[in-house]
Amino acid sequence: MRTLSSVFAESARRFPNNTAVADPTRGSRLSYRELDSISDHIRDALVGGGVRQGDRVGLYAAKSCGSVASVLAILKAGAAYVPVDYAAPAERNAFIFNDCDVAAVMVDRNLVGKLVDAFEPPNTVTTEVGHAADLGVDLVIVWNAVTRHVERSTVGDDSLSYILYTSGSTGKPKGVMHTHSSALSFVDWCSRTFDPLETDRFSSHASFHFDLSILDLYVPLKHGAAIVLIGEDVGKNPSVLAPLIAESGITMWYSTPSILRLLSEAGKLEQHDYSGLRVVNFAGEVFPLKHLRAIKSAWPDPRYFNLYGPTETNVCTYFEVPVEIAEDRTEPYPIGFACSGDRVVAANDDGTKVPVGEPGELFVSGGSVMSGYWNLADRTASAFYIDENGVKWYRTGDIVVGDTDGCYAFVGRRDRMVKRRGYRIELGEIEAALYRHENVSEVAVVALPDEENGVRITAFLCTNDGKAIGLIAMKRYCSGMLPLYMIPDSFNYSEYLPKTSTDKIDYQTLLQSA
Amino acid sequence: MPTDRPATAEISSIVKDFILDRFLPGEDPANLTDETPLITGGVLDSISTVTLVAFLEQRFGVQFQAHEMSADYLDSTSAIAATVTDKLGS
Repeated sequence: MRTLSSVFAESARRFPNNTAVADPTRGSRLSYRELDSISDHIRDALVGGGVRQGDRVGLYAAKSCGSVASVLAILKAGAAYVPVDYAAPAERNAFIFNDCDVAAVMVDRNLVGKLVDAFEPPNTVTTEVGHAADLGVDLVIVWNAVTRHVERSTVGDDSLSYILYTSGSTGKPKGVMHTHSSALSFVDWCSRTFDPLETDRFSSHASFHFDLSILDLYVPLKHGAAIVLIGEDVGKNPSVLAPLIAESGITMWYSTPSILRLLSEAGKLEQHDYSGLRVVNFAGEVFPLKHLRAIKSAWPDPRYFNLYGPTETNVCTYFEVPVEIAEDRTEPYPIGFACSGDRVVAANDDGTKVPVGEPGELFVSGGSVMSGYWNLADRTASAFYIDENGVKWYRTGDIVVGDTDGCYAFVGRRDRMVKRRGYRIELGEIEAALYRHENVSEVAVVALPDEENGVRITAFLCTNDGKAIGLIAMKRYCSGMLPLYMIPDSFNYSEYLPKTSTDKIDYQTLLQSA
Repeated sequence: MPTDRPATAEISSIVKDFILDRFLPGEDPANLTDETPLITGGVLDSISTVTLVAFLEQRFGVQFQAHEMSADYLDSTSAIAATVTDKLGS
């Protein structure tokens, strides 16, 4: 039986003195031996407090050595971890913790008040974790007194390892469940593709609630390499991030294209030495070619990979960018070829393959695909197509075109899901939040590609009193309901919204006026 | 010693004009007060905060540290003006 924690345990045995995790901003680091010991200590606190195999445990803290130790501790306890965006509204995070019925939440002490105000029914009894100096953060455990333990079986590779919540079309986030097996299928593909060494230093740029973190955490931990944590505040500040990448000796970089663009435009990269950097991975959104050219010009030596995959599949296709980008090329690179262990096809609604060169929805099957959505059996069932051989294919909702070599190019979204700054956004969730405004009577949200921001989100609204609500007032309202990256850029007001013949909101007309 | 450093009120006015122009097109300028929450109020996200700081650095010849690119220093035009004034005076 292989699990994420058993893979780490093997590295801890083989490479006890290697650096496992470094936090250059806080000046803290842990060796494999230390990380093993501290995560054992936290596991004991979790198990001693009642966490059982099969439980879910939340993580509500900024990135730190302590957060990494907490994740491992939760896995060691046989539970699945549920990381959330600590900067998101407390109500959204409380919904997530209630939805998956966490047994406990690992919390930064500074955030305990914010958590217990919104998380009902909370048990505000907390347990100290200790080791604050080593962990770079002061962690406590907040217990949920009313957890229903749904599983008590032995942990196996088909047990849940983590649940990542993504934007949901009903207005509520939904929990994507991954097992140890599906996570390791992806991690093992990374091993074969990137040839990690124990001397490598992997960037951990994405937050832990973001699926990019799976590569950031578990590929280095499998190989005895180091995780270099990049704090959420530093991660978006190119003038600090650029020297940090050089000075911390990062060899494997992984982020959204937006961050690479920020680095090439404002990082003054020519002032630093990046000779150790050997792989640059990007994912989460389309990388406009002019921005890819810019970062390749600044960092010419590493191999560049475009990694593609919704949270539901981990990475399922990849494309290695050529060393030289043809001068006359203007199109972004394709999402590429299926990762070994996965199969992908472009298909019609009924599951039949579309011919090469024609657009179809990308279906994915294989080891890295999720087991389903937490507590949403119907939604899970509709997310999969079962073929005549009983094989489950995840319907990505992405429209692609394949070529004769099995290389796929992204065309667009099938539904109304968009990606912004690497985050997936269901426009329906924004609409649901706006509908809750007391003066809003009708709302429709559309998104259009935008050269500057990737995606521009526009909300069309009707109000009860027929008057426009000020932009500042609406943004302020939204900031209490939604993460910042989901707040619309503009709000347009009208007496009524255009309708189709079936009396549904006419999004095509709205898109033309956005 | 005479100085041509801008006064805090003048900095605040320049910052307001920039924010209204770049991030709040069409908004009534009267709605952007000295104390309107910018980051915690959803007006500035991470990318627009970087844009704002780049403007402040270029316009006033000051430098921001990583920890200063946060709501603690930039959450209102009065806080921004105070931060810039502080930097100009140091």
